[in-house]
Amino acid sequence: MSESIVLDIKNLRSHFFTAKGQVPAVDGVSIQVPEGKIIGIVGESGCGKSMTAMSVMGLLRYPGRVVGGTITLDGKDITHLRPKEISKVRGNEISMIFQEPMTSLNPVYPVGKQVREAILLHQKVSKEEAKERVLDIFRAVGISEPEKRYYSYPHQLSGGLRQRVMIGMAMVCRPKVMIADEPTTALDVTIEAQILRLMKKLCQEQGTSIILITHNMGVVAEVCDYVYVMYAGKVMEQAETFELFERTSHPYTQGLLRSIPRLDEKAERLYTIDGVVPNLLHLPKGCSFCTRCSQAEDRCFAEKPRLYETSEGHGVRCFLYEGEGKVCLDE
Amino acid sequence: MEKSVLRLFYQIVCLLWKNAEGRLFFVLNRVLKRIVISVPVLIGVVLAIFIMLRIVPGDPVTTMMGEHVNPAVIEKISREMGLDQPVIVQFFKYVFNALRGDFGTSYRLNRNVTQIILDAFPNTVRLSLMAAAVAWLIGIVAGVVAAVRQNKLLDRMFMGCALMGVSMPVFMTALILQYVFAFKLKWFPVSGYDSWKAMVLPAIALGWNSAGSIARMTRSNLVEIMQNDFIRTARAKGLMEKGVILKHALKNAMLPVVTMMALQFSSMLSGAVLTESVFGVPGIGRLAVNGIETRDMPLLQGTVVFTTILIIAGNLIADLLYNVLDPRIREGA
Amino acid sequence: MKEDKNQVVGSENMNGGQARGKNHEDLDFLAQMGESDSLADKLKILARQNKLAAFSAVILILIFLAAVFAPVVAPCDHLAQSLTDRLQDPSAAHLLGTDELGRDVLSRIIFGARISLTIGLVPTLISMAIGTVLGLCAGFYGGKTDFIIMRLADVMLAFPSLLLAMVVMYTMGGGLINIFIALSLVNWAGTARIVRAQTLSLKEKEFVEAAKSIGVKKWTIMFRHILPNCLPSLIVLFTLNIPSAILSEASLSFLGIGAQPPSASWGLMAVRGKKYLFSEPWLSIAPSAAIMIVVMAFNFLGDGLRDVLDPYLKEQ
Repeated sequence: MSESIVLDIKNLRSHFFTAKGQVPAVDGVSIQVPEGKIIGIVGESGCGKSMTAMSVMGLLRYPGRVVGGTITLDGKDITHLRPKEISKVRGNEISMIFQEPMTSLNPVYPVGKQVREAILLHQKVSKEEAKERVLDIFRAVGISEPEKRYYSYPHQLSGGLRQRVMIGMAMVCRPKVMIADEPTTALDVTIEAQILRLMKKLCQEQGTSIILITHNMGVVAEVCDYVYVMYAGKVMEQAETFELFERTSHPYTQGLLRSIPRLDEKAERLYTIDGVVPNLLHLPKGCSFCTRCSQAEDRCFAEKPRLYETSEGHGVRCFLYEGEGKVCLDE
Repeated sequence: MEKSVLRLFYQIVCLLWKNAEGRLFFVLNRVLKRIVISVPVLIGVVLAIFIMLRIVPGDPVTTMMGEHVNPAVIEKISREMGLDQPVIVQFFKYVFNALRGDFGTSYRLNRNVTQIILDAFPNTVRLSLMAAAVAWLIGIVAGVVAAVRQNKLLDRMFMGCALMGVSMPVFMTALILQYVFAFKLKWFPVSGYDSWKAMVLPAIALGWNSAGSIARMTRSNLVEIMQNDFIRTARAKGLMEKGVILKHALKNAMLPVVTMMALQFSSMLSGAVLTESVFGVPGIGRLAVNGIETRDMPLLQGTVVFTTILIIAGNLIADLLYNVLDPRIREGA
Repeated sequence: MKEDKNQVVGSENMNGGQARGKNHEDLDFLAQMGESDSLADKLKILARQNKLAAFSAVILILIFLAAVFAPVVAPCDHLAQSLTDRLQDPSAAHLLGTDELGRDVLSRIIFGARISLTIGLVPTLISMAIGTVLGLCAGFYGGKTDFIIMRLADVMLAFPSLLLAMVVMYTMGGGLINIFIALSLVNWAGTARIVRAQTLSLKEKEFVEAAKSIGVKKWTIMFRHILPNCLPSLIVLFTLNIPSAILSEASLSFLGIGAQPPSASWGLMAVRGKKYLFSEPWLSIAPSAAIMIVVMAFNFLGDGLRDVLDPYLKEQ
């Protein structure tokens, strides 16, 4: 990866402090986001992908907290900024859109006003100017009749339109990085494709990097340049998209890919990975996937594997690849 | 009197018009619906009062006048007051007269009940308005501050005070205020109702309880609203916590609080009984107590019916306020 | 806002897990932790996490014991008058002084606890029983039954409860027994509404459908299957209704239309002490404070119970 890195997350650890103990929701995650690329983070529910995003945005709330690691945005360490400083970065240099377009907009304000607020917060422009910019971005994200929509309340818009508004809000300040947390999960499949295409287009036009969080391997294959597969708060495998699909290495990634239904194969029943995501409070001592892994050996239960680099930019957290791994990527 | 009522009505219409942003038809529709629903409740309430006051063991007139009265006198009074007729006939007569603004004649004071109520009403209104101002101001500010500093010392202190406010009997607040500020510090008169200054202590006493419940409700609503997805959006947008709360959470959180504030105002109008009794304010509440003490049935009946009308009107207004303020309901979504 | 370091999830957040769960699926595990507790567990959590509620419970138990054993606990006879000792300041012999008839105020307050607690418990129980049955019927049968009961509840709720109680007191005259009856009749509507709402949602649940399909009798379904599920709400509601009943009695007595002398009702003591407010303030403040303490303890307990028992009422 020779491109310049906009966002560099190093060994990020975020924990939840609950009455029943400390929960390591994000446990040593390192992610690099090159300029103008789309990075995918995949994994099942509860694997810590959303928590990673929230940590980066500085949006983690009590009882959760970032306990270690660094987040560098464009050469600036934003891990431990004061509230006032981080709020200047948020929405301006790094923005985020969320899974639930239905509830992510404030029901008591017109949507245009909510987008305009983002501009007024970060840039010194008049209200009229800001409104013009909002109308521009509404057109850019494909909202028809932007003048009319400007004064609409969220409940008057469809899910797809609301998500377009959210994307507009996230893009309106031309951020360096946009994090999209399952932006299409709640939408119809037809809308999903539109939204993904729109995000890809904006990414190319504005040079904004996107972190796309999803559990859908199809979405990853379609739009992402580089993929991180997460499980129980850790990155299990990371590679360029083509490489990941071509040379799937980690048993967990293999499982994920096999559980996608395919038209060209006849299967008696869909493949599933046995078991459930382990309780983060009682993780196995060794590899966190060992309880569900079909290839687990004794060692997997006792020792934690590291992220072994099998080829350039392709890291696998599994003992099967220890021999090939020259470097450990999580150092 | 009528003029000021008209002006108030006009202002409410203007407010509705402005807030409805041209969708007046919808709001009007709801107003009408609510009024239609309120009418049977009102009739039910009047009927209930009527029946309750007439199932007095023994003859109602005897109860009013006490024992040992000449039966002929009782019969005469009964006839005068129409009490010899069936309850249902009395009821319709009463409703018919009440619609024309006639609540009957006080038995003890020998005056028109409507007139007595209208004389006392301004005192209660003034007291309630001031109490409401106290309650809303203290309640909302304390609630917001507590929510912002959730689970910190200030929050606990404010919420402790609020719960104390809710738990204190009204007369206790009144007595303590009277003792400390009127007797010891001599800042305010001990009782009376004619000056602005004299009304301060009664207003605080009456508003204290409501302030407590408004503070608690504001806080819990705010805390609840802060869990919403759109709050996360507001934060992601780059708003500071203060802005998130004041711009995005407060308006949502206040919707139910406004409703409660309206409800409480109407209950203050009727619930000022204790405060009025401690500070000697001749308001509606005093009339009800007088009605009971002197066994003056028409007076008690008139007072209770009147205040219940106020309460129902208050509920109506509260409901409408909610409808006007919430864009989701406003357009029938 | 910066978060406090190393804070452990407090009582608020035990339930907060559920609320937060809707934000982030990654937080589901927090929600699961909160849900798996049984009633006893929840009470344990309450006792551990919410010190105020636990403390209130202890206070209430102490007051309750004092009321039951009032003749033993009280330093003097609460009715014994002594004109030579009238209006004395608090002293070793009379910890809270004496009233205008020379009766020991502390003893009277202890005996007054009997009245307040009975007023708080019994009429509340009766009115809630009425409300529960009516609410169950309204929710379960629906249609006309529902309409009639709920309009009746609307009418009851349209009255300010103090005023309604006053009307009943006019009809029946003063005295504690009549307060009992008045408060029992007045306060059922709120309970009915809540029970109805819960019945409506429970009615659709699978286990009720199942019971219906195998032909279980309606009353059995109502009382065996639906009622137990309303119980947490009812417990919370009960705890929170008690203080309002106590306050109603005190208010009625304060207005002189409730308990009659020489009863040691706290409200009555407060109003009789009012005459001497400026010379002997404790005469009216002490019984008022007693009311406040009991009411506050019930409120704290009720709030705590609601937090651990009842996500439903919390949303109200």
